[in-house]
Amino acid sequence: MADHAVVADDEVDLSRRKFLTRATIATGAVGTAFAAVPFLESWSPSERTRAEGAPAELDLAKVEPGQMTTVVWRRSPIYVVRRTPEMVARIAGHDDQLKDPTSQYSDQPGYAKNPLRSRTAEFLVIVGSCTHLGCLPKQRFDKGELYPSWPGGFFCPCHGSRFDLAGRVFDGSPASTNLQVPPYSYPNARTLLVGEDEKGAA
Amino acid sequence: MRIDARALLAAVLLAGAAAMAPVGAAAAEQAAGGEEAGAGKWGADWQSWHAGNDVSDRASLQRGARNFVSYCLGCHSLKYERWSRLGQDLGIPPSLLQENLLRPGDKPTDYMLTIMPPADAQAWFGKSAPDISLIARARSRDYLYQFLKTFYVDPARQTGVGNLRVLTAMPHVLAELEGLKRAVFREVTTRGEGGAVVHEQVFDHFEQLVPGRLSAAEYDGFVRDTVNFLDYVSEPTQTARRALGWWVVLFLLDFTWLAWLVKRAYWKDVH
Amino acid sequence: MAVKTTTGAAAPLPAADAAPAAKQGFWAWLNKRMPVDDFIATQLTGYYASKNLNFWYFFGSLSVLVLVVQLLSGMYLTMFYKAGELASFDSVQYIMREVDYGWLIRYLHSTGASAFFIVVYLHMFRALLYGSYRAPRELLWLIGMLVYLALMAEAFLGYVLPWGNMSFWAAQVIVNLFSTVPLVGPALVIWISGDYGIADATLNRFFALHVAVVPLALLLLVMLHLVALHQVGSNNPDGVEINDRRRADGKPLDGIPFHPYYTVKDMVGVGVFFVLFAIVLFFAPTLGGLFLETTNFEPANPLSTPEHITPAWYFTPFYAILRAVPSKGMGALLLLLSVAAYLFLPWLDRSPVKSMRYKGWRSRTALALFIVSFVVLAYLGMQPAEGLYVVLARIFAFIYFLYFIAMPFYTYFEKVNPVPERVTYHAH
Repeated sequence: MADHAVVADDEVDLSRRKFLTRATIATGAVGTAFAAVPFLESWSPSERTRAEGAPAELDLAKVEPGQMTTVVWRRSPIYVVRRTPEMVARIAGHDDQLKDPTSQYSDQPGYAKNPLRSRTAEFLVIVGSCTHLGCLPKQRFDKGELYPSWPGGFFCPCHGSRFDLAGRVFDGSPASTNLQVPPYSYPNARTLLVGEDEKGAA
Repeated sequence: MRIDARALLAAVLLAGAAAMAPVGAAAAEQAAGGEEAGAGKWGADWQSWHAGNDVSDRASLQRGARNFVSYCLGCHSLKYERWSRLGQDLGIPPSLLQENLLRPGDKPTDYMLTIMPPADAQAWFGKSAPDISLIARARSRDYLYQFLKTFYVDPARQTGVGNLRVLTAMPHVLAELEGLKRAVFREVTTRGEGGAVVHEQVFDHFEQLVPGRLSAAEYDGFVRDTVNFLDYVSEPTQTARRALGWWVVLFLLDFTWLAWLVKRAYWKDVH
Repeated sequence: MAVKTTTGAAAPLPAADAAPAAKQGFWAWLNKRMPVDDFIATQLTGYYASKNLNFWYFFGSLSVLVLVVQLLSGMYLTMFYKAGELASFDSVQYIMREVDYGWLIRYLHSTGASAFFIVVYLHMFRALLYGSYRAPRELLWLIGMLVYLALMAEAFLGYVLPWGNMSFWAAQVIVNLFSTVPLVGPALVIWISGDYGIADATLNRFFALHVAVVPLALLLLVMLHLVALHQVGSNNPDGVEINDRRRADGKPLDGIPFHPYYTVKDMVGVGVFFVLFAIVLFFAPTLGGLFLETTNFEPANPLSTPEHITPAWYFTPFYAILRAVPSKGMGALLLLLSVAAYLFLPWLDRSPVKSMRYKGWRSRTALALFIVSFVVLAYLGMQPAEGLYVVLARIFAFIYFLYFIAMPFYTYFEKVNPVPERVTYHAH
């Protein structure tokens, strides 16, 4: 009987061993990576969440001229403002008081990159979340409501950011960009669909 | 007990292959499923009837979905299945889904709920119709197949029908398709416990009373499609599960083989 | 006789007893603060096990593997599951249908639960076969029994969580067993339930126990189990203590370092196990109702008892024993004894030899009968408790207990075969 339990005698063994061990470890690593996929994927929004995040519809007849209504889309409040022609007129004339009058740095789809920040003049569709730290801005639509030269718009009560009737941010506000515009479209004249546009559902 | 590792591995692989056999058998079952029409007494062998459905048969599932919406959704909900999911899994585009399956007011992301108020069901039938999302797993496919095919006329019951598979408060919703049949019983005398003579009514065969809109073969296909659909609804991910399984098992066999080679290389040292 | 390098000079055996080379940089920094190299040198490359460990020795490492699978899949299930009598059943369907790969995580956990018991029963069988519970491994065996008890508790608690109809009624039956405790029984049942019957309160506390308390206990016990094992070293199929015969350098003559020999061998075991596991998971996850009970696809209904209440397959042998006894109290007591009996094995076995290989025909017959009775009782536990089934359950329960009761006698008096000096080994 050998006095050692372990005796090796082939020098070829060593390199074969190394190669096989490496191949096995590599295969094991690949397997582990594949095995991780289901666990990581399980954290993605589930089907229920995706369903609840589906585009939100609004019947536009429900919004009175000069009034605002809120719909929820993907856990965010979406302000829908039906601007009167008089309100639309108050959007112009104060570009020098705005941080980003042409929306160069702000977040909106292409069709909202205009002074009115909307597809049509009549309806403003914006995310009602202050671009500073996320409070819900309050509507202050009347001229002179905050101070004599106030053209109308939104005022955030948390830290005092001010936005005009196109959601553009005023100088002196803690917020630095205009209120975000979500993807939206009008499937027909009566309906607003937030969360879906030409590119498809968001 | 000494087990040669090579033999063990071979046995394991064989066992694995044998385990795959039921998958093949299920496919074969599809061809063989159902009753034999016309041979001998109709229905005498009802307990051996097999659903023989194939969940990978999309056309069958689509027909089953249509059957379900037309005849079952009135009372039974599928509260875990969304319309949109149904469309996705069965390959029904949203427009067709909207046209043919969705009821007015249903959104594609809604769950497939019945509109029958449970209170009314309770009043009319004595119990509310249960949700049947999982019925194919809670009973079995064969059970459902047999259930839908063994209704018979029974004036003694409130619904006017009885069922061989189970005592049920459900009316024969598919009567217009299958028609009506009666069950012929025969008396069987046996010796019970203690030597007493027992007379039992044992089911013998069916007899058609009134024909339905479908022929026997058509009705059989209708039931099979519906059971197939219920099979799918009880576990919508089953097709994906089996498909992924092939890849996983093959990969693991490859890994095991490599590990085996490494083991052999190292154990050459051991004497 | 050492491995030759390409230069023809002798080189040390792979990672066995060579002195560690001077460590640079990060490893030096780490090792000054944590005994990493020490651990590897004493517990892996320097821990010797007998070279003749066979098929029955795979199941220890496989048990650890399944524990990891259960912990991982379980922790992910906790992220989506909701405990509550109105929410639980629906949340399981949410996982199965709406969470990406939720079905896979769920099946990992349900298949893993049954796999755990298969592996653990085979692991325990090895101990019965080779006398691994004998001195100096009595404590190792006792700790292992505690692991088994914790595992049974964990499985029972987990089974209640989906809140299917069998979950509910299984909880009802098992919790009611506690009413047999003298004096405090009925009050104990209410205290455990947190209500006047199995209810939401019970479900919630079972969730906490299953997810936090028992897993911690299991981890602690498994660690103690491994510490106890490394203290005395593993047994082997011949029951010969390899530490009794040592080389000049102090290492056991018939021992080989755990790493790399048993690490690579166990890898093969892992591979084969995963192949079988995957076949079940992907192609037959319910295994005809054995791994996922049919009745549990219906929600819990306190007003509707299933026709046959049976526990999961891994409990059915003990369930059969419980039902075999016509008295409720005696049944519960015998149930307890049927599990507790194992604790006494190290002292019931009075044979001069450890391994079944060298024991006499009486011991072999006794073990064979015991295994047969275990399997038959498992089958009987799944059947309705009536007629011939009850008669058979009584007979086989008797045979089951006879294995333990008669052991001091048949092991003491039987003729045994001579045990070899060195372990028997065939190269493979």
